[in-house]
Amino acid sequence: MSTMIKYVAKELKVVGTRPLRPDAVDKVTGRARYGADYALPGQLIGKVLRSPHAHARIRSIDTSAAQALPGVKAVVTREDFADMPVEYAAVGELVVNFRDVTRNMMAREKVLYDGHPVAAVVATSESIAREALRLIKVDYEVLPHVIDVVEAMQPDAPLLHEDQYTIGVTPKPDRPSNIAKRIEFVRGDLEAGFRRADLIVEREFNTKPVHQGYIEPQACLASYTEDGQAELWTSTQGHFVFRAQCAKVLQMDVAKIRVTPTEIGGGFGGKNNIYNEPLAIALSRKSHRPVKMVMTRDEVFRATGPTSGANVKVKIGCTRDGRITAAQAELNFQAGAFGGSSVPMASMCAFTRYDLDNVRVIGNDVTVNRPKVAAYRAPGAPIAAFGVESVIDEMAKRLAIDPIEFRLRNAAKEGTQTYYGPKLGRIGYIETLEKARAHPHYNAPLGPNQGRGVASGFWFNIGSETSASLNVNEDGTISLMLGIIDVAGGSRAAMAMMVAEEFGIAADKVRPIVADTSSLGFNFITAGSRGTFAGGMACVAAARQAIEKLRQRVAQIREVPLGHVVWKDGRAQPAEGSATSFSPMSLAEIASVAGKTGGSIAGHAEINAQGAGPGFGVHIVDVEVDRQTGLTRILRYTVVQDVGKAIHPAYVEGQFQGGAVQGIGWALNEEYVYGPDGIQQNPGFLDYRVPVASDVPFIDTVIVEVPNPNHPYGVRGCGEVPIISPMAAIANAIENAIGVRLCEQPMSPPRVLKAIEDALPGKAKV
Amino acid sequence: MYTGGETQCELHAANIRQLFQALGERYPELLPRLKTEVAVSIDCEVYQDALLQSIAEDSELYLFPRIAGG
Repeated sequence: MSTMIKYVAKELKVVGTRPLRPDAVDKVTGRARYGADYALPGQLIGKVLRSPHAHARIRSIDTSAAQALPGVKAVVTREDFADMPVEYAAVGELVVNFRDVTRNMMAREKVLYDGHPVAAVVATSESIAREALRLIKVDYEVLPHVIDVVEAMQPDAPLLHEDQYTIGVTPKPDRPSNIAKRIEFVRGDLEAGFRRADLIVEREFNTKPVHQGYIEPQACLASYTEDGQAELWTSTQGHFVFRAQCAKVLQMDVAKIRVTPTEIGGGFGGKNNIYNEPLAIALSRKSHRPVKMVMTRDEVFRATGPTSGANVKVKIGCTRDGRITAAQAELNFQAGAFGGSSVPMASMCAFTRYDLDNVRVIGNDVTVNRPKVAAYRAPGAPIAAFGVESVIDEMAKRLAIDPIEFRLRNAAKEGTQTYYGPKLGRIGYIETLEKARAHPHYNAPLGPNQGRGVASGFWFNIGSETSASLNVNEDGTISLMLGIIDVAGGSRAAMAMMVAEEFGIAADKVRPIVADTSSLGFNFITAGSRGTFAGGMACVAAARQAIEKLRQRVAQIREVPLGHVVWKDGRAQPAEGSATSFSPMSLAEIASVAGKTGGSIAGHAEINAQGAGPGFGVHIVDVEVDRQTGLTRILRYTVVQDVGKAIHPAYVEGQFQGGAVQGIGWALNEEYVYGPDGIQQNPGFLDYRVPVASDVPFIDTVIVEVPNPNHPYGVRGCGEVPIISPMAAIANAIENAIGVRLCEQPMSPPRVLKAIEDALPGKAKV
Repeated sequence: MYTGGETQCELHAANIRQLFQALGERYPELLPRLKTEVAVSIDCEVYQDALLQSIAEDSELYLFPRIAGG
């Protein structure tokens, strides 16, 4: 049954404080064990042969020389994996087609991007494995390729899939297309809305693909034994989903695979999907030895799941007093080698910050010859916001209306009907706008070539399947088993704090661990800003179940009616006004006799959490632009966001800061650079420039708390909203600094310089 | 597209599973998409993968693409 535990305001003792996180010491001392830190006796090293072409048909694969190399214990190709029919299932962050999953895992008929796996080997050493890869002969028929999304949409573009006909078009097309899907949202009368407008602004934006940039590459260790059981240790955001997908593609029973999630060095959506895991299990099955596979950084860039590059057209009309009358957008997203980008979600959140009567949004999901995209923190939303928030800002400026005031005049609020369907419940967008406007940053003075920009973001947040279990130990401490991966850094602390609050004990009396797939019921991927929301709800449900058992036990021990026993301040005591008097029992006292009075006390919950509260954020950024070099320097940055309730404020602030910095990198520097051969030219952090600490100032944070009525502590997800606003905020700041609007990301020095030059008076337009 | 252009209708359903059955009978092309691609809003509350979620009389429902995240 779906679960929604309602919010009840109460005095809190643990939630909202800042205890030391349980994983802190291990992480700062290097003791924490990540994927690459695991090893088993006798393990072999696995390596993947990857396509050197962006698009090619595979005529043949000859692995005989590789198999004959001393030290090589097994080789796998497409022949070792069953072909799968078209089957859509929600076993990842997006609905996946297993026919595509098998082909992305190991190419079958064609290679569709540079880096696409073609074969894998396992050997006694990495050097032998690499030598074996060189001995594999693949006969390719190189085909024309296409990377750019607009080019890929043209009828004469090189075609990735001869059997792909655009879904969402009526009548069904009679020609295949790189447009996998078209989606459209319409509300009201767009033409009438534009007729009523005093000002219409229309702009086109282009963004480049970027990577999530997690510091830890994908790493896994698999051990398959002769009785058909497999163990897998892997860096993942969803060990249950990985188990399900591996079982499906390897045609194994789910129970035969036990997945232990290792400590994770970042994911951001990029570790929601299987890559090497089924290969490692298959190689272990074939070689009868454990197999370890660790991706290089080159492989992470070329062959995991970066985000879409996109072309976005936005047109908005408003009255002269700043009321939006019509809003229109077309979002064309690269999906990579297989359909399934985040364009549906981008289409739904493009305008949801605003209360609009007349809206039309079209989204196109387009296959191109680059790696299949994966989620990246509020997938699609930053790209849509780059366009929409830039146009909103331009309108405000042209009407001489303060940009926050403009947004307030059109702000969505409780009861606002979204254009994709539902009405919004209790939300905190107006509160965040007002806090941003009142912040000292917003009115601080600026100097020459300096400008301030504002932008806002919205994300739905999700709940989904979550399980948790806890045991009251004999000394009254609690062991808490979680299926939520600590991707955020801090979620296990937050859940321990909620459990401590429920029991009325100190946070350090609850020891949380992230458990393997054999220890708990199903947990969906930890993404969608669901960790603390859904994980917290499951933990609270488990705690309340255990507390009910404690009450029952004390009623038996003290020989009083159950109704006379309440749990308060960490102990069972007489209910107020009850006629019965008995000596209260603390958690430790009950636990010490639990074994002799019926057995230990535990609680567990297996829920499908619903009622996730949407999140809204507003960013303020000051920049200084060097007109000689085009360099944009971030001078000051403030994030204001509604999180419902900050269970551990430091980790919420960390989410704000991390999301903002990723957005800054996305705005100013990051992009996949492709050569004319369709090969990525910068698959490494030297040439793919992510921000480092010296690039950014301290990111100031303001936590707004408008409780989510559908969570016991009012939590809304908070991890994704912070990445949505930076691109637009920075574009708006640059425009205010130098009077030039950039509509192409990244806004790197060469692009800024070109924009400055193009804006010079008398500059001929070519 | 799967509803012949219809954007709203009235149905009797006590829970989301019955809703999907009823929609599938009325719009057969929609049926395969309902269980895996769709979220349902019931009177402002959004549900995903909640087939047994009850629906009250006169509830206002919206179907829209499934939501995920990163």
